[in-house]
Amino acid sequence: MHDNEHTEHHHEESFISKYIFSLDHKTIGKQFLIYGLIMFFVGGGLALLFRWQLAYPDQPLPIIGASQQYIDDGEVVTGADRMWERIYDSDKEEWLEVNMPSGVITPEFYNMLFTMHATIMVFFVVVPILVGAFGNFLIPLMIGTRDMAFPILNMLSFWLAVLAAIVMVLGFFVPGGHASAGWTGYAPLSADPQWTGVEWGLNLWAISLLLQGFSSLVGSINYITTIINMRAPGMTFFRMPLVIWSLFIVAILLLLAFPVLSSALALLIFDRLAGTTFFSATAEGGGDPLLWQHLFWFFGHPEVYILILPGMGIASELIAVFSRKPIFGYRSMVYAMIAIAFLGWIVWGHHMFQSGMRPGLGSIFMTTTMLIAVPSAIKTFNWMGTMFRGSIRFTTPMLHGIAFVSMFVIGGLSGIYMANTPVDIFIHDTYYIVAHIHYVVFGGSLFAIFGGIIFWFPKMYGRYMNDVLAKIHFWLTFIAFNCTFFPMHILGVGGHMRRISNPQQYEFLQGFEGMNIFITMSAFTLGFAQLILVFNFFWSMYKGKVAEQNPWQVNTLEWEAPTPVPHGNFGQIPTVHRGPYEYSVPGEESDWIPQAQPEHAPATSGD
Amino acid sequence: MMAENNVEMRESDRPPLSNARLGILVLLGAETMLFSGLIGTFLVFRVGNVTWPPPSHIGIELPRAVTGINTVLLLLSGYTMFQARRAIQKDNLKQLRNWLLLTGGLGLLFLGVQGSEWVQLIRNGLTLQSGVYGGIFYVLIGCHAVHVLSAVIWLFIVLGMAMAGRFSAARYTGVDTCTIYWIFVVALWPILYILVYLS
Repeated sequence: MHDNEHTEHHHEESFISKYIFSLDHKTIGKQFLIYGLIMFFVGGGLALLFRWQLAYPDQPLPIIGASQQYIDDGEVVTGADRMWERIYDSDKEEWLEVNMPSGVITPEFYNMLFTMHATIMVFFVVVPILVGAFGNFLIPLMIGTRDMAFPILNMLSFWLAVLAAIVMVLGFFVPGGHASAGWTGYAPLSADPQWTGVEWGLNLWAISLLLQGFSSLVGSINYITTIINMRAPGMTFFRMPLVIWSLFIVAILLLLAFPVLSSALALLIFDRLAGTTFFSATAEGGGDPLLWQHLFWFFGHPEVYILILPGMGIASELIAVFSRKPIFGYRSMVYAMIAIAFLGWIVWGHHMFQSGMRPGLGSIFMTTTMLIAVPSAIKTFNWMGTMFRGSIRFTTPMLHGIAFVSMFVIGGLSGIYMANTPVDIFIHDTYYIVAHIHYVVFGGSLFAIFGGIIFWFPKMYGRYMNDVLAKIHFWLTFIAFNCTFFPMHILGVGGHMRRISNPQQYEFLQGFEGMNIFITMSAFTLGFAQLILVFNFFWSMYKGKVAEQNPWQVNTLEWEAPTPVPHGNFGQIPTVHRGPYEYSVPGEESDWIPQAQPEHAPATSGD
Repeated sequence: MMAENNVEMRESDRPPLSNARLGILVLLGAETMLFSGLIGTFLVFRVGNVTWPPPSHIGIELPRAVTGINTVLLLLSGYTMFQARRAIQKDNLKQLRNWLLLTGGLGLLFLGVQGSEWVQLIRNGLTLQSGVYGGIFYVLIGCHAVHVLSAVIWLFIVLGMAMAGRFSAARYTGVDTCTIYWIFVVALWPILYILVYLS
């Protein structure tokens, strides 16, 4: 036994300090993961509701909607009819009655649905899982330290995020409904309640995002300090695994980008509650609606890279490990990520080509945007170079890694296409944009998240996830995802606007009815496929096959720690002797050499 | 040469900046961006208007002279804070207390002068609702004032700790982090003064 103050101290922890107000980075990481998965279902459920409306406009929802007889002549036929009868009979204005009378989604509710779908997915699912869950769980383990630099701030970060989620969900139930100005909250739509009729919904939206901003701020201070100051002996910056590099860069982006959104949100709240006119161009006040767009996208575009960079990091780990080869061009991978992060700051105008911005400025933003294709292509070719002639193991995490790369290529290519101002003017605000963002954030980030969950599950819970279920989940998700989002490119080029509740109102969109129904069917399949993942996740936590300490033969330090990882992580802090990707080194017996293994020592020694 | 026998943090491995100091510096990065957002907003309105203040507020004069003196007071507090840090580095607890007290006093004086100016301005008709001119003035200057206030509160906590003898020449992280934050808040002010009051 190594004597170690950390492992000795915390043996008699109560349930509350161990699982709820925990200071341990691993528990906080798992908390963020569960939090993200719960919000994933909230956000996904909202998407299914509005997908129904797009395929079958103004028809009652299945199961909870009233029957046609009931709507036509008030005759109670089904159980749902009885429920609606009761709702209409009550004197109170029931929530369902306001938002979906008889199960038909109102246009106002539709606006709320797509606004909250995006808000929740971006701020409460992808960032909490990628940065909150993987960041917390992996950073101390992979750089070889016992915990984060500021454990109390770490706990604060999680509970602020919980508070933000509660405030955000509360918004659905205030009079006037939730924010419905889109996740981008464009002014003056968002700045003055008279345009949307939304009063406290949008205020709560802004307050919730401010809280989430504090949570990210605290988290990123922690990540940056931990990575700079607390690496294990021998763990130089260029021996860090790429996922840690990506989280480091993302922490810096979050740190610098979120305060800009916070300043914009504060001004917005002043506009709504204190009578200022920052974002309303009234004759008296002299505000500027475009200012909101500039501030929002100055935050918003780095945010896009916050959503994808950790996915790139995770995919790099998966692809190197399961190709049994060193990552191709490790340093160029790092520099490419830095380049992407830097360029991310000077491209925000490409969201605003249609805003009436000066056209000359548009071509500058077009050029900087297209420059991002260079580091992105470096990364893509490096992933392919890593797989090239590798002994690829097609495990489920690897499938997700490959899916990440291929979907990212589609999303990235459509990104270059619409970075062109003339093209963007045509497809602006159409489903083409929706297709692009989902190929990058679902096809990219979420596949990386799924792969990462399955890959690190044995270290998190000491068991494997069930592989049959995981494979079924992967293939269903992969196929349904493409069926859902690929046709949206075609809709977009066909001129199908986003954010309209009833496409059938437009003659030129009526021909797309079949495609919209197909997309909705695929979206429901996609949604229900995720239930398999969640079932697998919780089932495997207790019933999964017990995993050994390093089930995938990985070099990085987290696998040096015993499973389940004790408080304080390592018996003795490991010393790092080499880079993270020394797989299939010529002349070596084993095809992997852990980072902590000294030079010229046998690959598998007793201790 | 067995690397396994490493003690956890050898003296030579210790990072040049402690976690707390580094954490505060990182925080200042975020603070800088917060103020960049607000200053950017101010500049959009300032540059976008041919006359500043806009015609509707032509009669309103910001108190440049008083604020100028106030600026000097705040800059002085930066110097005294620096002296407080020097004092604890020399293990002089008594001087530390005196300098901290003086710094806190100057901070409070700054806030007091600001507050009385605001009362005067509101009487003269410049309110938060006075278009973007009044709006950005109160939000930007108010945001800084909130930062000064939090810095003062922090400083008095540090002062309390100093009274309790919690610092020495070998252990003064609490003084150091507070100094870093204080200097940031002080250094920010002249930029705001020049932009908002003089431009």
